[in-house]
Amino acid sequence: MTTISTPHEAAVHHHAPPDSFIRKYVFSLDHKVIGKQYLGLALVAVCTGMVLSWYMRLHLGFPDAKAPGLGLITPEQYLQLMTMHGTIMVFFVLTTAPFAGFGNYVLPIQVGAEDMAFPRFNMMSFWVTFVAFAILVASFFVPEGPALSGWTAYAPLSAVGKDAGPGQGLGQTLWAFSILFFCIGQLLGSLNFIATTLDLRTKGMSLARLPYCTWAWFITSVIGLIAFSVLMPACVLLILDRVAGTSFFIPAGLVVSDRLQNHGGGSPLLWQHLFWFFGHPEVYIAILPGFGIISTILPVFARKPLLGPNVFLACMVAIGFLSYTVWGHHMFLSGMSPTSATIFSVPTLIITIPAAIVTLLWIGTVYGARLRFTTACLFCLGFISVFVTGGLSGFFLAQPSIDTYLHATYFVVGHFHFVMGVAAMFGIFAGTYYWFPKMFGRMMDERLGKIHFILTLIGVYAIFMPMHYLGMAGNIRRYSSFPADYMGVDLPVHRWITIAALLTGAVQLIFLYNLIRSRFAGEAAPDNPWQATSLEWSTTSPPPFDNFGGRHLVVAHGPNDYGVAGPDGRDYIMQAE
Amino acid sequence: MSTHVVSPARTGVWAAIGAITMSFAAYTSALVVRAGDSADWVHVHLPWLVYANTLTLIASSITLEVGRWRVSGRFDSRVSGLSLLRVTLALGLVFLFGQVMAWRMLAAQGLSLATNPNASFFYVLTAVHALHLVGGLIGLAYVIYRARLSAFPSPGPVSASTLGAVALYWHFMDVVWLYLLVVLTLWL
Repeated sequence: MTTISTPHEAAVHHHAPPDSFIRKYVFSLDHKVIGKQYLGLALVAVCTGMVLSWYMRLHLGFPDAKAPGLGLITPEQYLQLMTMHGTIMVFFVLTTAPFAGFGNYVLPIQVGAEDMAFPRFNMMSFWVTFVAFAILVASFFVPEGPALSGWTAYAPLSAVGKDAGPGQGLGQTLWAFSILFFCIGQLLGSLNFIATTLDLRTKGMSLARLPYCTWAWFITSVIGLIAFSVLMPACVLLILDRVAGTSFFIPAGLVVSDRLQNHGGGSPLLWQHLFWFFGHPEVYIAILPGFGIISTILPVFARKPLLGPNVFLACMVAIGFLSYTVWGHHMFLSGMSPTSATIFSVPTLIITIPAAIVTLLWIGTVYGARLRFTTACLFCLGFISVFVTGGLSGFFLAQPSIDTYLHATYFVVGHFHFVMGVAAMFGIFAGTYYWFPKMFGRMMDERLGKIHFILTLIGVYAIFMPMHYLGMAGNIRRYSSFPADYMGVDLPVHRWITIAALLTGAVQLIFLYNLIRSRFAGEAAPDNPWQATSLEWSTTSPPPFDNFGGRHLVVAHGPNDYGVAGPDGRDYIMQAE
Repeated sequence: MSTHVVSPARTGVWAAIGAITMSFAAYTSALVVRAGDSADWVHVHLPWLVYANTLTLIASSITLEVGRWRVSGRFDSRVSGLSLLRVTLALGLVFLFGQVMAWRMLAAQGLSLATNPNASFFYVLTAVHALHLVGGLIGLAYVIYRARLSAFPSPGPVSASTLGAVALYWHFMDVVWLYLLVVLTLWL
């Protein structure tokens, strides 16, 4: 039995590096391998999700064109593409990459630990998530295909079975199981992040000295712990409604496809409440790691400390707390009373205050700085740009009366793609360009990176800006095509968006090429290529199996010492010197 | 035990307690909404066995505490402490068996999972609790296994951290069960 461990002993993990291929690269306990596995999974998922969106865009812009492999896309197929695009992107990209991926790789090193607190749970976390992804992808290949009820899977459409359309049979059941497994995986991950941050910090690494991205991952894991704990019961009840004949979400007397459903008394709204109680915090699970990454990277390239670090942390905590009070703003159209709508609208507006403060802190950090325009820095600036753009449209949507008009339109599509999708992606890109040298010991190509950034920034504005105009013009979302009705006049705009989306997608090949080429033929990376302060830069690139080669770093400084008189004439002081 | 003991296991269990609390809060809110929202809410008598099971579970927490106290004591008391941990494990299994029997009693009344919403919630809540309890059983079995392997070598008393974390989780399972009993009694 283990004996009482001192903080020092607890930070030491007594497992030797494994020899076999399986233990080293497949069922590895090493947080660095698990982090890369998560990032690899996210890369596969993001490519899948992007191809799905190309099919959707192709049909929206050119409704009569035959899609490669699918022929003329039917409305049902369109909904399936939309459902899978949303599910894959939100769960398997925006949650796995910035949180589970970078968090797993970087957090233990940044706190000075040799591994996560529970390496076995950590391994399980990835493989359960992998199984969840495999189940979801498998639903493409079952008869009638994957689910079509959207990534939100609103009941009763998601609960009644195949009467609700193709894909609502086995496809939707697989969807529910996939999300159930995903919840388990992320809960195990969150447990690890929390225990590692609290208990495995090296000597001198007080909470106040934690780098901002570690703070962000910690807060995100607390949010995730609460959010996924609520989505999981919702999935269990949904699965029981589907396979065991219960009636949690299916009302009495429901007729679907001319057939009376043999259920009674359930509440479809109950699903919406449970789902959005998870769903809104999920937005912050996707974006807060980005906040942390930006706040860590910007000072490095501004050579100035982050402005107001304590204010920044307070704002992140405030956002995390408020994220649990606003879920009803997704349900303004569900028939809720004006009083309830107001109760959800007010905190939605209040949450913009900490978000705006954070943005101002970033701008203040950059203000007057002599920026080093690396690709990682550019993506940070791009993050601020798209986050502000997407956040501004949020003001409008937070008003129940305006949302009544805009909710079911492309305005919302433009809004959430900017503020959550593209912003989080820019955070992922920034993190990739920043940590790639540490992870693989090789630099990425900066010239290709800058081309990638410029074209992507122009591309995402070309795609998502016009969607706001479509929304204001009343163009309904989730419809597969509308050539013959009043929305036909919007077709040229859709065509523009489609062309922009295909081109911006093609631009990502530059990133893929850069990633693969740099991995094998990139310039060798020094230990601290960016002259940054946090602990991951105090070890080799890539770090040894135990992260610090048996050394136990003692932390003497905060992460924010840029623009100071450091040793050897440097303008920064590393945390462990 | 000094106050500065770092125990990731205990931190992890506290985090798990937070997560499980949220899960059962979600189930409870579903139950309250479902009960208030529909005309098909009926009354179901809980089988008497669940109350007997409750006593079993409380007894298991007591044996665990006494066992934990003895295990950290002198060598001769450690042996009896270990036996008490085994008794705890056995009581946990008895509880699970009792819950299965309670389900069968309910099924004998003609109440299956989908018969009415009350029965649905009874089965779901007890099953979810049982699943979490299995986690505690695995933890207990692990602690006993580790204790047997090391056969209590000196130095010092047996770890507070791992056993403490398992005990914390186990007692929390008691609390959840008592909570569920109140909820089920009041609403079903």
